[in-house]
Amino acid sequence: MKNEFSRREFIRTGSVSLAGMAILPSFLSMGCSPLTEQSGLDEYLAHFNVDKETLQKVMAEALSRGGDYCDLYFEHSLSNYVGLQDNDVNRAGSNIDYGVGVRVLKGDQTGYAFSEEVSLEAMKKVAKTAASIANESKDFPSINLNERVHPEFCKVGTSWEDVSIKQKIPYLQKLNDKIFSLDDKVAKVQIYLDDNSSYILFANSEGVISYDYRPMVSFIAVCVMEKGDQREDFYASRSMRIGYEYLTEDLLDGIATEVIEGANKQFEAVKPKAGQMEVVLASGGSGILLHEAMGHAFEADFNRKETSIFSDKMGKKVGEDFVTIIDDGTNPNYRGTLNIDDEGILTQKTKMVENGVLTSYLHDRISAKHYNVDPTGNGRRQSFRYAPLPRMRNTYMENGPHSKDDIISSVKDGIYVDTFTNGQVQIGAGDFTFYVKSGYLIENGKLTKPIKDVNLIGNGPEALSQISMVGNDLKIDCGTGTCGKGGQGVPVSMGLPTVKVNQLTVGGVNA
Amino acid sequence: MKDNKKMELAQWASEYASKNGAKEVSVSVYDSKESEVEVRKQKIEKIQESIESGLSIKLYVNGKYSTHSTNRLKKSELEKFINEAILGTNYLAEDKYRSLPDRHLCYDGEEKDLKLFDSNYDSIDPRQKIDLAMAVEAETLDMDDRIISVSGSYGDGMYRSYMVLSNGVEGYKESTSYSVSGSASINGGDSRPSDYHYNSARFWNQLSGEGVGKYAVERALQKIGAKTIKSGKMEMLIENRSVGRVFGSLMQPLYGRNIQQKRSFLDGKIGHKIASDLLSITDNPFIESGRNSRLYDRDGLAARKMTVIENGVLRSYYIGDYYGKKLDMQPTTSSPSNLIFGKGSKDINGLTRDMKEGILVTGFNGGNSNPATGDFSVGVEGFYVKNGEVLHPIVGMNVSGNHKVIWNQLIALGNDPLTDRSWQTPSMLFEGIDFSGL
Repeated sequence: MKNEFSRREFIRTGSVSLAGMAILPSFLSMGCSPLTEQSGLDEYLAHFNVDKETLQKVMAEALSRGGDYCDLYFEHSLSNYVGLQDNDVNRAGSNIDYGVGVRVLKGDQTGYAFSEEVSLEAMKKVAKTAASIANESKDFPSINLNERVHPEFCKVGTSWEDVSIKQKIPYLQKLNDKIFSLDDKVAKVQIYLDDNSSYILFANSEGVISYDYRPMVSFIAVCVMEKGDQREDFYASRSMRIGYEYLTEDLLDGIATEVIEGANKQFEAVKPKAGQMEVVLASGGSGILLHEAMGHAFEADFNRKETSIFSDKMGKKVGEDFVTIIDDGTNPNYRGTLNIDDEGILTQKTKMVENGVLTSYLHDRISAKHYNVDPTGNGRRQSFRYAPLPRMRNTYMENGPHSKDDIISSVKDGIYVDTFTNGQVQIGAGDFTFYVKSGYLIENGKLTKPIKDVNLIGNGPEALSQISMVGNDLKIDCGTGTCGKGGQGVPVSMGLPTVKVNQLTVGGVNA
Repeated sequence: MKDNKKMELAQWASEYASKNGAKEVSVSVYDSKESEVEVRKQKIEKIQESIESGLSIKLYVNGKYSTHSTNRLKKSELEKFINEAILGTNYLAEDKYRSLPDRHLCYDGEEKDLKLFDSNYDSIDPRQKIDLAMAVEAETLDMDDRIISVSGSYGDGMYRSYMVLSNGVEGYKESTSYSVSGSASINGGDSRPSDYHYNSARFWNQLSGEGVGKYAVERALQKIGAKTIKSGKMEMLIENRSVGRVFGSLMQPLYGRNIQQKRSFLDGKIGHKIASDLLSITDNPFIESGRNSRLYDRDGLAARKMTVIENGVLRSYYIGDYYGKKLDMQPTTSSPSNLIFGKGSKDINGLTRDMKEGILVTGFNGGNSNPATGDFSVGVEGFYVKNGEVLHPIVGMNVSGNHKVIWNQLIALGNDPLTDRSWQTPSMLFEGIDFSGL
């Protein structure tokens, strides 16, 4: 089947059922060009079968009971996956999600409802539901919608809608073959390639109208090795907001090497002793420390409600002078990057801690109003089914004055950790944890035996104040980080230079 | 109440896919409604309502397999969607284990009322929902000066699904759920501890919010003054509502996918002792109003009661149809329904009094487990217990070990299984567990 539509034309047709099938061969011949800033808005309006007048009518309904503010969030999300198991690319799938969410704010109160239909009647119905958060009768003046133009931080060479399943399959097969070729102990390999394209149209009662195209790809490999009776597994992932050009031989080599080295290390790994000790966090994914120990507690909804352990620390010294922590929505192509947040606010680089002083929480529209500050572009939602919340984007620490070698050699008896699976935090108590999949013991300033499967626990403000050395090798991780909060998952990235924390509790074994 | 149009849509999609190149098809059409209210400071913080529907389809095409879903349900769009999906499936490798389950293993269509659906769902006054959430906070208003914030929440949902397999199997499920919950945050000096509680029910008239807010506050207050204690091997008593966090890691290696992919330390252990004599678990999908009761599973396999662990001996894995074929094993079901545990004679206070020295665990924080090896390590919160007395709350500690070992260290069960949860776990007491602290 030949399809000669450009993507622009294709979107205009509103053929949303076709759009989900990027796994399919019919898209092989699509000579798609990216949406442009000049013509994009009309195409997005056409795609969702709405015009400005319709949006104004829905917003009038949403504010008919006295709400202060409302927004409409249209989303068309197209996801595909291809999977390999037992040496064959033998599974695939796709998902289409389409709808509009209507939010009404009255002070710090939220009314929310969504519809999977975008007819005026259906939207007015959900607007009426959301409007019920307020209880006055009020006529709202007509809203003049003006486009908010935003920068493009996630440029794409070849979009995923233009890539057929036939083009994707060889990458999974090659990666499988590479992994098996690297080590005779490999017993099983599973590989997944997921891609997603989301089209967003946003309008609010302040007269902002905007649109966004959000690509994402994730490539994941899981490897199991056998040595005698012992089995060990390891996984590696790469994920970015980028197009088909991301799939390269180098990418495959990197993933293959990581799972092989990781699984091999597990065979020799020991459990460290239990208790408090110095911990050196490797550059990269160790940014999970910032995400769990500080980032969540800096989200302003928790502080507005005074339930965060950092609620009374704004403007106070919370770390050494060389500690500067950023939450950034502008890093090109990272998972947490957004051109515009889900409340129509331009995204930005937000310094949460600057030279050791707490300088900013992460705000959505509600908390920014509460604190009388500008929003920081952190209002995010999983999809049109959810109201936005203050969420992290790409969270990392800026480089410090120390070298990696100096940091490791300063530790007599501790651990070095480099790979993680998950973490959690108790916002009020400040206790955070993260789970270490691999690392090393540090004995007399040297990395010695590998370690595995230990949980680290600490307290956010204490850990922040106990960061005693910061390296000059910042790396932002490209793994598949997804942050969960309030039942919503959003993609995030994390980064860190090599860092020493004087004391964390290591879930090891007792003699 | 069944929506015949949805069932017809599922039948149509199955027939359409069959006519257009799929050898076999499994279709599920679903719809749901949900509502949610959250209150704080006796004001509505958030109100949300949703109605949604969708279709998912599994395609078996020339020995190849793919699965797709969409919430665009117009037939003209579905036709394109299904045609393109069939075309794309052809590019995959063949998988000889992919086919619909044998007809004789599937649900036979016999209707049985498991009492999962409240026909009054649509007639509940929204004001009553708000009142329930308000009451959660209201009962805590003068309770303690150290309260920073109490949120009361109410949520409900109505879910229906229609399953059509091209081998003639059809099924319909409907259920409702209601819940009321409270979360409390307390000023504890340097720390702001929090806790929560909730009640849930299948029927509106069985839902009660009484005591939910107070209990959340009491639990949070008990956490004030937490200390980290010295690392060591001690007893561990896990409160009933927290057992699932650790027990879930014992379930992972029972799944067919992990066994077939060599990521299960329980591979080959059917008939072997894997836990203390005290551990007996039955999977019972037929409990009236059970949180996970069902007549068939997601493959269409007929539900059946099964013994999972009997006096510490492993009796069953969770094997769905596909991994059953791959492993050459009879399928059971791919996921648990309601898990019924054996129970002991004492409540949690009685079990605490029996402890010599250890931690009463009332919550977990983060952590993970490796299903291939059984290694686990998890953060804990709870209380330090010595000679049967609760001395103080603990903080900043981990528990670590291996599932091959710790379930043999189970020395007592509580008489307090959680009957309003799908995993009806009692409190559990273990000995010789590794805690890390100071």
